[in-house]
This record gives sequence, structure tokens and C-alpha cells, in this order.
Amino acid sequence: MSPSITTSSEANGNVSSATARAAASAAATAGAAGPQPVTMAKALNTAMVHAMQSDKSVLVFGEDVGKLGGVFRITDGLMATFGEQRCFDTPLAESGIVGMAVGMAINGMRPVVEMQFDAFAYPAFEQIVSHVAKMHNRTKGKVKLPMVIRVPYAGGIGGVEHHCDSSESYYAHTAGLKVYTPATAADAYRMLREAIDSDDPVMFMEPKKLYWSKDLVDLERLREDYEAKADRGTSMEGRAAVARSGTDATLIAYGPSVPAALAAAAAAAEEGRSLEVVDIRTIVPFDDETVAASVRKTGRAVVIAEAHGFASVSSEIVARVQERCFHYLAAPIRRVTGFDVPYPAPKLEHYYLPGVDRILDAVDDLQWED
Amino acid sequence: MTISADHTAPGTAQAQPGPEQAEDIYLPGAAAEAVRKFGITAEDYMLPARHQIQMVDQDGNLKHHSEQGTEPGHEYPLPGDHELLTAYAQLVIGRRVNDQNSALVRQGRMAVYPSSQGQEACQVAAALCLAEGDWMFPTYRDAVAVMARGVDPVQAMTIFRGDWHGGYDPLEHKVGIQCTPLTTQLLHAVGVAHAAKLRGEDTVVLAMCGDGATSEGDFHEALNFAAVFHLPVIFFVQNNQYAISVPLAHQSVAPSLAHKAVGYGMAGERVDGNDVVALLAVLDRAVKLAREGSGPLLVEAHTYRMQAHTNADDATRYRQDSEVALWTARDPLSRMRTYLAGRGLLDDDGEARIAEKAESVATQLRNGLGEDVPVDPQDLFRYVFSSPTPQLKEQAALLADELARDAAGAASTAEASE
Repeated sequence: MSPSITTSSEANGNVSSATARAAASAAATAGAAGPQPVTMAKALNTAMVHAMQSDKSVLVFGEDVGKLGGVFRITDGLMATFGEQRCFDTPLAESGIVGMAVGMAINGMRPVVEMQFDAFAYPAFEQIVSHVAKMHNRTKGKVKLPMVIRVPYAGGIGGVEHHCDSSESYYAHTAGLKVYTPATAADAYRMLREAIDSDDPVMFMEPKKLYWSKDLVDLERLREDYEAKADRGTSMEGRAAVARSGTDATLIAYGPSVPAALAAAAAAAEEGRSLEVVDIRTIVPFDDETVAASVRKTGRAVVIAEAHGFASVSSEIVARVQERCFHYLAAPIRRVTGFDVPYPAPKLEHYYLPGVDRILDAVDDLQWED
Repeated sequence: MTISADHTAPGTAQAQPGPEQAEDIYLPGAAAEAVRKFGITAEDYMLPARHQIQMVDQDGNLKHHSEQGTEPGHEYPLPGDHELLTAYAQLVIGRRVNDQNSALVRQGRMAVYPSSQGQEACQVAAALCLAEGDWMFPTYRDAVAVMARGVDPVQAMTIFRGDWHGGYDPLEHKVGIQCTPLTTQLLHAVGVAHAAKLRGEDTVVLAMCGDGATSEGDFHEALNFAAVFHLPVIFFVQNNQYAISVPLAHQSVAPSLAHKAVGYGMAGERVDGNDVVALLAVLDRAVKLAREGSGPLLVEAHTYRMQAHTNADDATRYRQDSEVALWTARDPLSRMRTYLAGRGLLDDDGEARIAEKAESVATQLRNGLGEDVPVDPQDLFRYVFSSPTPQLKEQAALLADELARDAAGAASTAEASE
């Protein structure tokens, strides 16, 4: 990864969430043109609008995505704008949705399908693992599946059971799938545009608790940059972002855990400790370079994820960092993850989710004295 | 309760029935079409005819029209002579391929072969009923159908020789890769048909599965999606009586598998799966109806898997020889030969020409599968994504280095021993 990517570039939307949110509230009061406070939901919706305008083969379908606009309103207005042929409701069957999307992708379309909730995507698992992931390989690259499976995932919204699973590890473990997960509105826009344009199938994991968080974004400017390929070579695929620079330790996070990592870094700064925050952005392909560069610089790392820690993306990250940075490490790498229990009901989720205190405790444990 | 043609399928976006129509049931587009076309009720269109359609009996005699199982709205004209002769030639080739492949498995030239012996009529009719530009989505037991669509025989057997890819280009032949996970490919067929329909193309898609597969969830989802979106898909079920060892009675207690169609609002039909004449008649009409916009159809063919599930299976553990003998008498080849000869369409010269063609395909298989194709270990990484990720490049380099060191080691050992 080139240094120009790691330094925040407002044009590419790589501003840290904390900075963006402060600016967003300022812009809202000033009512200025250009960058506006934009929710991740709006950024995702706009990305689909722009993709559908640019390419007639882009179709959006799933459960309740039509008139209702999706249970999270991410597809709001698409049916009205593009008609029932390009955005439509399907029968209530996830395997059917993904399997039909495979056929459409075989026959020249770019389907973008919505799984209503993380845990409701499991009926589609066979299609995803046996066909979506393998079609390109088993046809020697003759058949490409340019399709996106959008999955609202993870917890923190007070959802009842089966509505808050962190299912990213299942997909990341499957060879042949790309797995994206944005943490800011600007990244959400750009990453969804890239996912839709990708010739490989992408599991697009949307942290549902960030749907309503706002960043300061100029969506039209993002569109111009993306479509003019003005930023050619700066694809976000396989490129982590340094969301906050620091020198003493690296917090590695993705999707729903990025705001917690940033909050922990802000709190640590008040205590005189400088923490760097790396936002992974695309779990597959993984940006070893940026992560390793950061850990070599700081010598300490904590990996943060909402998902269960056992046999997970967070365990993979620890293994990769250890393999690449062993001689630079001043302390064993720590993890702050969800406990190895089924995602808890809202009354207990507060105890489960990695929060600022638990992250700071892990940082404190990183052998700061020789 | 009455069925009214006032309401059409959701795809046509008609208003919901008002309170004054509350007694009416919703009439899907396919049924409305049938009511208009055949003047029969929607139920009579969607339910299969009372008897399976059979045109040529097991002794090779053309049955009288009144005994073919047809009914108003379920009528099937006799296919043309040219089509019948083409079908017979393909039957002979298909049987020869099944025999040849079973031999190649015994010789260790193929890893596995799920033979369609006894089901060749279904294989041939499935391929011949489609026009150029139509798609087929086969299972692992449908290699003969795949070949009959024009795929090179050796390429069609690539999976069974244990190679890592599907062999042929699905886009070139409009034939999906032979699918092992049951009924998952039916949804791909639905998607291909849906995409074509959205572009205004008149593509028909034939989706194949077996009797056991109808228990799978994707069977249900595919039929329902095809019906709701009113898509030109023919679901062709080869009911060969067994799912490995489990007989149909343990899969379903429906009156027939074709009866499942009515539950989705589509038409179903049963046909003698060892009578290629009836199969062609039924499938040709299904393709025509689908292409004209009548929506999806379900065709169940009654046939029999004469061999074990694969060479790894032992059919004597779960079925009697007497049952197999019953089906030997119903062989699809011999009855077609008798029928065509009786009509003066096939003589010894014609038979010899077809046998020669079949033998050349068998030779092609023996030569092709007998050849040791060199493998490239780097193919492991080449096609996982449209371009390899940094991680895959790293792993590819690791393997290349390992192989280079092995080769160097072998070379120095050879040198030392000289």
C-alpha cells in the first residue's frame, strides 16, 4: 500500500470518523454546499442509484426492497426511480434470491441482492459456498459472477435473537469470495460502487449500527471522482485505512468496531498514550502491508472485533501480524472480541460488545514496562 | 370457490382484487393463458393428465391416439420423422457412451461415472427439444444430454476424470456445468431465464433434476420463483425411482411428482421416460408454450437407473433383480429401433451408419481419456478470482519454490548416481 493512501485524503473520503463527524455537525449548522452530513444508509443508497444510472445491467432485488425500500431503507426509492424490472421484491427465500442472482450474473446482469439480516442469510449458504464462490474457478474463468450480496450485520441496535450475528468469518473463510465492510459513509459509497463494478462476487457486510451515523461527505464529488477514474489506482479493495495516526500501539478493527477503536484512541490520548487505528475495510483481500507497517512502527497491537474470537477474522489477523511482525513486537498481540456465546439478547448485549473500557484494558496489558 | 381470469400474475402489476371479488382465487398468468388457449379450467391445465403420456409401447408399437394418455389441453402431436431419426442416432450414441465410460472407470481412466444407462431417451429429448440460444442446466448424471447439445465428449467427461474444472465453456454452449449439489442449478436456470426476459429475449431454459432432488429446498424455491416471475423454464425431472438407495416412496407421497406443479401455479405433465417419441412430443410442446409466454412447466419422466448410482455403489443391497428385469424389457433403444424399422424409416444401412458414428465417439472417449493430460500446479491459484489476490500470489510463489527445490533435488540426485 502506498503512503498516499494511508494519509487521509478528503477527496477519497478517507477522513477519520471522529474528524468527519465534528465537521459534519459544523456543516449542518452552516448549511454550506459541497460536503454535507450524510448517513451511511444514504451513502449506500446513493451508490446504488449511481450504479444503476451508469449501468443498465445493475439490478437490485431481495425481500421488501421494493415499495418499502428495505427494512433499513437502504433501497429506498430505487423501485420508484428505476421501475419494477430493475428493483423488485422476491418471494421470501434467501437461497432463491442468491441462486437466481447467480443465473442472472451468468447471463449478463450485475445483481445486487439484499439479505434482510445476517442470520437470515444462512439459507443461502449453499449457493454462496458451492456456486458463488466457486463458479469462476470451476469454469476456468469462463464464467464470471459480478454480483454483490449485501448483508446488514452485527449488533448494537437492540435487535432480538437472529438479528445481530457477526457472520463475516464464514464468508472470509470461503475461498473465492471477496468480503468488504465499510466503517464510514464515504467508504460505504466508494466500496459499494467498486463491489458492483467488480467482476468477482462480493459479500458486502454493512454494520447495521452505523447505518445512521453521519460523516461529512460530498456524494456528487465522490461520484465524479469514481466515474472519471480520476483516482485510478486507488481502489479500496485490499487497502486498509489508517483512521487515526499514533505511535505507541495499533488498534486493528473493521466495520462496526472501528468507532469503538477510535473512541478508545481518543480516550487514550487524554492519558498521554498515542494509539494508531487501522480500519481493515476489505477483509478479503486483506491488506497485510498496511497492517504490518503500522505494527512494525508501534510494536504493539490489539485486534478488535464484535464477532466471537474463536476461529475468526480476528484470530486470522493475529496470526498474520505475528508471522510478519514477530521481531518488532514488544508484547503479545491482544484481542478484544465478542465472547464465544450466541449473540445475546438486547438486555445482555452491552456486556458482550467490545467497548472502550475493555479495549483500553487490553492496551494497558501490552507490557509497557521492561 | 371459482377461478376467475380477472386477475393476472404479479409481474403484470394488476390491481389487487377488490372486496366484491373476495371469493375469487388468484389466477396466475400461466393458467389464464391456458384458459384462453385451450378452453379448459386452470386446474385441468395445471394438473397432469390422468395417465402418463406414452406414444410408443415397450414393444415398439405406436399406440392408438385414444390410448396415449392425452386429454383436452394435454394433446401432443407426433414429432416429425427427421427429429425421430436424429433422436434414435443420439440414443445409440448415448448408450455407447454409457457403456464406454463404465469400462473406462473399471480401467482407472475415469475417477467416477454416474451412468444414465436406461435413461438415454430422457437425455436425448432434453437436448433436442431446445433451440439454438436456449440454455440447459444439467446434473452430474446428464453427460449424455450435455454431449447431445454439442459439447465435445471428452470435455463433457472432464469432471469424471477427476480434473479440477468443468471442462467446457458454459457460455459458448449455453450449458451449465454439470451440477453435483442437488437442485442448486435449478435456481441458476431461473436466473438465466429472468435475465433473458428482462432483455426481451425469447430464450427458454431447461433445468434438470432427479426424483430424490425434489425433496431439496432449492427445488421448491426454483419452481416458486419461476412461477411468480412467470419465466420460460422447463423443470425436467427424471424420476429414475432411486436416490442412490432410497426409493421414491421415501421421498414423496404426492400422487406424482408432476402433481407438485399445481402448488406453484404451473402446468405439470407425466411422460413415459423410456419412450423418446412421447418425451419429444411433451418437451417440444413445453418449450413452445414457454417461449410463447405461458410461464414455467414441470415435466416428470418415469424411467429407471439401470446401473448402480455410480461405480462406487452396490445396487444389489437395495433392489431385486426381478425389478431390474422389468425395466430391461422397457428399454428405450430397442423399442425405438422396432418402431422406426416398422415404419420403414430405419434399415440395416442406416443402423450401420449410426453404429459407426457411435463407435467413433467411443474411440474419441478412449483416446481422450486415455491420454495423460499434464497438470499445471499453478492452475490452483489462477482462477479463484478474476485476478489473484496478494495472498494467492504469495502462496503460488511458495508452491513454485517448493517444486523448483524438488526438481533441483531430483536433478542433483540423478547427477550423483551417474
